[in-house]
Amino acid sequence: MLFPKDLKYQKTDEWVKVENGIATIGISDYAQDSLSDIVYVEFAVDPGDSVEAGANLATIESVKAAAEVLFPVSGTVLEINEGLADKPEILNSDPYGAAWLVKVKVADETELAGLLDSEAYEAYCQER
Amino acid sequence: MFTPHSDYDVEVMLKSIGIEKLEDLFKEIPERFRFPGLNLPPRMTEMEASDELESIAASNGTTKDMLSFLGAGAYDHYIPAAVDMLLRRGEFYTAYTPYQPEISQGTLQAIFEYQSLICTLTGMDVSNASHYDGATAAAEAVILAWHHFRGKRGKVLVSRAVNPQYRQVIRTYMQATDNLTIAGDDSETGLDPNLDKFIAQIDNNTALVLVQYPDFFGRIVDYRPLIEAAHAQGALVAVAVNPTALGILTPPGEIGADIVVGEGQPLGIPLSFGGPYLGLFAVKEPLLRKIAGRIVGETVDVEGQLAYVLTLTAREQHIRRDKATSNICSNQGLMTLASAIYLTLLGKEGFRKLSNLCYQKAHYAAGEVSEVPGFSLAFPDQPFYHEFVVRAEQPVDEVLEHLRGHDILGGYDLGEDYPELKGCLLMAVTEKINKADIDYLKGALSEVDHD
Repeated sequence: MLFPKDLKYQKTDEWVKVENGIATIGISDYAQDSLSDIVYVEFAVDPGDSVEAGANLATIESVKAAAEVLFPVSGTVLEINEGLADKPEILNSDPYGAAWLVKVKVADETELAGLLDSEAYEAYCQER
Repeated sequence: MFTPHSDYDVEVMLKSIGIEKLEDLFKEIPERFRFPGLNLPPRMTEMEASDELESIAASNGTTKDMLSFLGAGAYDHYIPAAVDMLLRRGEFYTAYTPYQPEISQGTLQAIFEYQSLICTLTGMDVSNASHYDGATAAAEAVILAWHHFRGKRGKVLVSRAVNPQYRQVIRTYMQATDNLTIAGDDSETGLDPNLDKFIAQIDNNTALVLVQYPDFFGRIVDYRPLIEAAHAQGALVAVAVNPTALGILTPPGEIGADIVVGEGQPLGIPLSFGGPYLGLFAVKEPLLRKIAGRIVGETVDVEGQLAYVLTLTAREQHIRRDKATSNICSNQGLMTLASAIYLTLLGKEGFRKLSNLCYQKAHYAAGEVSEVPGFSLAFPDQPFYHEFVVRAEQPVDEVLEHLRGHDILGGYDLGEDYPELKGCLLMAVTEKINKADIDYLKGALSEVDHD
């Protein structure tokens, strides 16, 4: 299981990477592995929406369950990964790469301090 | 009498939970409610009770002994004997939700066939395994549209010519949904079949436009301009159908409907005083993941043999838990089967003939009725299917009572639901009505004035 060092995580299993004030958000390897085969992604937001950390970002359905994805940071939604509609299975194969979910213009970068780093998140996953 | 527990059993149980007598179990209930006196007749033997119940049942008038022109959403069609015979087979009769495909192949195949038949009939891509009735299916269309736009479009337009009961059920279903307005069915928008005033209300805040086909008055309206206008604003369009009309009408799927709902009762299901009926629900493929209920699919098992499984139950709460968008997963399994048997027995040709018979007989009847002095068609220039609106010079309740005296159920009094149609009667004609019946009706109507 992978926990890339350059990402931040939250306990509800999303990752976020901030570059130049823009956050790319996805779900972790642990999340995709727990859900098993992912068959559908339904976004709860559109580009242009302003969102709060903790708000519903999307619902991901697998053959076993449906899980909510929550925003790790507040901001304005810039882009949604539309490609996931036709190929939800890439969430299983490439959760940190091609299967990013949304890009958000971050409202307040100090929020990032409340997220876990790679080591802390890995430790958290292991104790679950 | 069946007594599950002997006195000894009761005594042992009371002792083990530490109370003295059975009555102590009911202490929590205020004493005055505890053992109310019931006003019941003296006990009867089974034979006596059976006689009594049959004599009560016999006081109902039924379509077996009355000539019925009553429709308004439920229709008296002939049901071939094979429908009931197959339906009552124990294998189907005991079927519950087919979550275990290994023991439910018959039920699953029946649902699969039903879905395929409904898709063919409506011109849609996907049908679910059904809802309770036409009204609840229509309400599910509203729920679908609301979630489709994630609550961001706050208006649903429902034509005033949609069955008033469907409109009530929609409002009941949606009453707790904030920021949703259900409009378009006010008297100001009216019943004009060219729909100008209705179409003018479609905007980019409209989630769904719902119309009926044929409409509640039996009228056949060309919905293509409406569908075009709705799609131009990004709204979804749902069409509530009478399935038997689709034997001769262009299926809604071919004129651009996104959702088709309807009352499946006319497909081999008896009137039964209002239920159980069958809610038809079908969509175009882009809405596949949004539909409530379940979809059965065809596949192969490990040995390569044909098999049926529940393919998709995306909206149900056993998958979605609190995120389920519909909490009614039940489908009308037995009614689904009845309609599948009915449609299969009639076949494509037979079904067309049925549609055509209803159409032709209704048109003959409408012509005859409008020849009777004091009666005229309310929408004389509008094409219609097997139901039409008759305006009477005499009060409608008097006309209906007069007809009842001739063992005729004359139709549905529209005055209550539609003040603008006070004095109007909605009459339906199915294949069961023959020329002699229509002549008899005409004769009875001709006597109304002389009473």
